[in-house]
Amino acid sequence: MLTLTHISKTFNPGTVNEKTALTDVSLHLDPGDFVTIIGANGAGKSTLFNAIAGSFLPDTGSIALDGRDVTFQPEFKRAKAIGRLFQDPMRGSAPSMTIEENLALAAGGGGWLSHVSKAEKAAFRDRLALLGMGLEDRMRQPVGLLSGGQRQALTLLMATMVPPKLLLLDEHTAALDPGTAEKVLTLTESIVREGKLTCLMITHNMSSALELGNRTLMMDSGRILLDLKGDERRGLTVDDLLRMFKENVGKALDNDRMLLS
Amino acid sequence: MSLSAIWPLVQTALELGVTCSLTVLALFLSYSMLNVCDLSTDGCFTLGAAVGAVVAISGHPYLSIPAAMGAGVLSGFVTAVLQTRMGIESLLAGIIVNTGLYSINIAVMGKSSLLNMNKTQTVFTKLGGLLADTPLAGYQELLIALAAAALVILFLALFLRTRLGLAIRATGNNPDMVRSSSINPIFTTTVGLCIANAFTGLSGCLLAQSQKSVNIDIGSGMVTIALASLLIGQTFMGRGSIAKRAVGMVLGSVIFRLVYTIALRLNMPAFMLKLVSSVIVIAAIAGPYLRTQLPMLKRRLAGSGKEGT
Repeated sequence: MLTLTHISKTFNPGTVNEKTALTDVSLHLDPGDFVTIIGANGAGKSTLFNAIAGSFLPDTGSIALDGRDVTFQPEFKRAKAIGRLFQDPMRGSAPSMTIEENLALAAGGGGWLSHVSKAEKAAFRDRLALLGMGLEDRMRQPVGLLSGGQRQALTLLMATMVPPKLLLLDEHTAALDPGTAEKVLTLTESIVREGKLTCLMITHNMSSALELGNRTLMMDSGRILLDLKGDERRGLTVDDLLRMFKENVGKALDNDRMLLS
Repeated sequence: MSLSAIWPLVQTALELGVTCSLTVLALFLSYSMLNVCDLSTDGCFTLGAAVGAVVAISGHPYLSIPAAMGAGVLSGFVTAVLQTRMGIESLLAGIIVNTGLYSINIAVMGKSSLLNMNKTQTVFTKLGGLLADTPLAGYQELLIALAAAALVILFLALFLRTRLGLAIRATGNNPDMVRSSSINPIFTTTVGLCIANAFTGLSGCLLAQSQKSVNIDIGSGMVTIALASLLIGQTFMGRGSIAKRAVGMVLGSVIFRLVYTIALRLNMPAFMLKLVSSVIVIAAIAGPYLRTQLPMLKRRLAGSGKEGT
């Protein structure tokens, strides 16, 4: 489904701000894989997503999505196949536009000059009802009036409206309160399962990294340190993960946010 | 003063207001929707006036309108290409195009800075001929301007609800979202600016033909005037449907011209009017900001008062 071959990226090369963000990262995802990614701050997790989504051109290597080389494809073209959620719930929807209009944008389809049909509006309503947040009765309200959790749930719906080949979730519940985060995470799981989506999820919560999905990557200093799947992953605990991190990096994991959650 | 003495003044204000409201509607699309402050507006307005006049003088009154709009589209396209594909800051792109258009406008007008249309057949003289001997005689300027404004509002109300229109609005509303979506912001910005400048060109064309002359300065200060009208319109009808907000733009433009007219009646010299429009823009933008600073100011003043006693 997704194949990264020897991807490297250095920002500001040759200056004092030089930062090697990715070093020779290779990764292959099978269709239906749900991969969780953990790692300390600056490990290169978000940079990996940016490379996959096409926010920048990697220095070396190539990226293939669904058998097609997309290394040189601009971001907006890749976005047809890739759905993406960020930590900031404000990033994924247009605040002055109504819920209905945001969904219409996400649904795409029809010609540039087509209007949203009644049937589509009814479909939006049904999908919004799945969120269980009462948004289906507020379709004409601007998205700016929603809470962070509601907006992130809406963004999730928008990103998966047309089932993407690949869903990238970048700590998409980290900015939400615990209750809402739980709700959005459950929602994510059911949407990914029902749509049989291939999904990469960055999380700082190590227990949910092990609970969710079928594979876990641990990143550090722009490399993939651990790639856990199958029997090896089954029965693994958070303590096991911390021990494995220490053995591989030579120092303990120093991300408070990860340890405290 | 009797009503019959005031009406001609009001009628002129209405004609000017509605004609220039097309430029306000253009900014409604580029400034309010696309979030691009298009400073090529002045030059584009003159371009529309010049192209429309030249085509009308050559004997094609009806063709002058699509010609002026087409010229506006071209101008908008150049501004859009500069800012989306050449890395030029959007404000700067507008200024550059505006400067370049000055030469182009003079070239269009046949190396002259003034064109006279006293004996030219225009859409206004055509309609004026039809309306003679009817109760509407003498209202052709207002009627054509109103019809044009109504068509543009209708277009915007329909267009901004299409998928392309929604994409244009999203581009202005949340660029972050658009960047990581399948919308190409280069495309939406280009389409938005082309359409907006078509309206600006139309506005210039109609103003020139109703005044029966084009002067190279016809568009100078237009972007400020249009912004002032837009902000006035927003305070009256800033919320609600697109159609309602667009009608607010026309209303703002008319109110602005009425204020102008009143200022003139109060013996303010005509050369002061550009200053008036600048002050209106400043008041409309700075007012809401200063109001948020007011509690701070009040508490500070109250605090210093206590110290004094």
